[in-house]
Amino acid sequence: MPITRDEVLKIADLARLRFSEEELDGFTAQFQDILDYIERLRQVDVEGVEPTIHVSLPADGAPLMFREDEPRESLPVEEALGNAPDAAAGHFRVPKVL
Amino acid sequence: MTFEPAIGLEVHAQLLTGSKLFCGCSTRFGAPPNSQTCPVCLGLPGALPAINRQAVTMAVKAALALGCRVNPVSVFARKNYFYPDMPRGYQISQFDLPLGEHGSIAVFSGERTDGGKIVNRREKTFGITRLHMEDDAGKSIHDGLPETETKSYVNLNRTGVPLVEIVSAPDFRSSQEAYDFVVHLRKTLLYLGVCDGNMEEGSLRCDANVSVRPKGTAALGTKVEIKNLNSFRFMQRALDYEIERQKRVLSGGGRVVQETRLWDESEGRTFSMRSKEEAHDYRYFPEPDLPPLRLDPEWIAGVAAELPELPGARMKRFMSDYALGADDALLLTSTAATAAYFEECARESANPRAAANWVMGDLARALKNSGGEIEESPVTARELAALIRTIDSGEISGKIAKTVFEEMVRTGEPAVDLIGRMGLRQVSDEASLVAVIDKVIAANPKQLEEYRSGKTRVIAYFVGQVMKETRGQANPRMVNELLERKLAGGST
Repeated sequence: MPITRDEVLKIADLARLRFSEEELDGFTAQFQDILDYIERLRQVDVEGVEPTIHVSLPADGAPLMFREDEPRESLPVEEALGNAPDAAAGHFRVPKVL
Repeated sequence: MTFEPAIGLEVHAQLLTGSKLFCGCSTRFGAPPNSQTCPVCLGLPGALPAINRQAVTMAVKAALALGCRVNPVSVFARKNYFYPDMPRGYQISQFDLPLGEHGSIAVFSGERTDGGKIVNRREKTFGITRLHMEDDAGKSIHDGLPETETKSYVNLNRTGVPLVEIVSAPDFRSSQEAYDFVVHLRKTLLYLGVCDGNMEEGSLRCDANVSVRPKGTAALGTKVEIKNLNSFRFMQRALDYEIERQKRVLSGGGRVVQETRLWDESEGRTFSMRSKEEAHDYRYFPEPDLPPLRLDPEWIAGVAAELPELPGARMKRFMSDYALGADDALLLTSTAATAAYFEECARESANPRAAANWVMGDLARALKNSGGEIEESPVTARELAALIRTIDSGEISGKIAKTVFEEMVRTGEPAVDLIGRMGLRQVSDEASLVAVIDKVIAANPKQLEEYRSGKTRVIAYFVGQVMKETRGQANPRMVNELLERKLAGGST
């Protein structure tokens, strides 16, 4: 499955990333390599094999650990806003969105 | 050509947990901005989600109540988009494998006349395509703060609050069906105690997909999504507007454009919301920070066994047990508390019809006037039942009962005490009634003459006079009987 430069551009756009022309060419080639590899994997007979949802988990699944519904203390407001480039009136402040 | 609409709804319901879906921050509404955040819900690097057990239980309850099959394995997925109120850059939702699927609910739905009356209420079944869990985004504020011409403000208290998204099938053929469905859905969630249903605080939010097609065709038309439906009434108005708009477009030979439109309540119309073309490309993929959600089928069966009686079932039971019509049963099951109040009153009074009338009539009015909920009613179900019994036993008349009820609402005193203290007990004692009647007849010879000459309708005048003399406390049935005998010239 060939990938076009336009598709790479669109994916970059969705991720809000901007690349130089050279970088785009580089990614297009890398994407193509990945897709080719996937294409090879697709030829493997997986009849009867359970789909792997998580690469980090055994197929039979580590149990999801539940947390009990107990409210805990949150960060102080100043700390929560501490890393924000702009904050005012107890809020994060961003360029106008609507 | 006649067109018919096909409407589907997407309802987001906030689950009534004390803490967020993936972290321990409080979900309390109205806290100071950004005072309920932590590294997890702020999306800080390295923070990992840990799922709230109670949220999962509530979502399973909702799925079961909506007739969904609860998947033994469901998978969380990242829904990627950028917006300031979603600091992680993705929402943790479910995609391929949602918690619940293939459900349906039966709703008593009617047709709305031009006068706005609902008629022909009957049971209709609507499909629930899926129910999945996800976390909420924060709140953006665009006005009321400094420099909002160029800046927006973000409050992340709501970020990470647990939601279920419930997606209906495109089964509604009128705005009234969609309205009845969403009212029933809200009621169900309230009965389950999994959502407070408060639309003003955003605990329940609703989007609609609307298309129209020539009647009789199978394929659905191009759909338009409508957002900003902040109340059920708004939703119904928006749907009516949009259905008519699409019919006009199609009748004029045009084509409906697939888009998202916003409802503007003040202008009473929907308008196109320019959406970026990639808006729907969310690049879902399985959430690597959360293993699949595995639920033990036995545990699911246990949750199912403990579901309370749901509004649909309760409504039908009321109709058969108490011989109520659909409209009355619908009103009396509007909240679990109303239904419980009615049942207690019906049982204690042994007069379900009277109990229904009082609950829907005088009690509803009194609560509306005081702005109170039935849970805090100054008149308990037991006391209302006692009042009904005094009417049924002939102790007081229905008319006097209204006065007693008003006093009960005002003072919270039991009916029997009030009737005694106010001297309102109905006079059913024949001797004292005869004395009054004799006096009235003696004082009105002209009317007596008329009666005896054949104008028997004049008896109403005598009844009125007797009632006046007894301050309304005479037993009306006895007054009538005694008067007929006396006026006819009989002796007693």
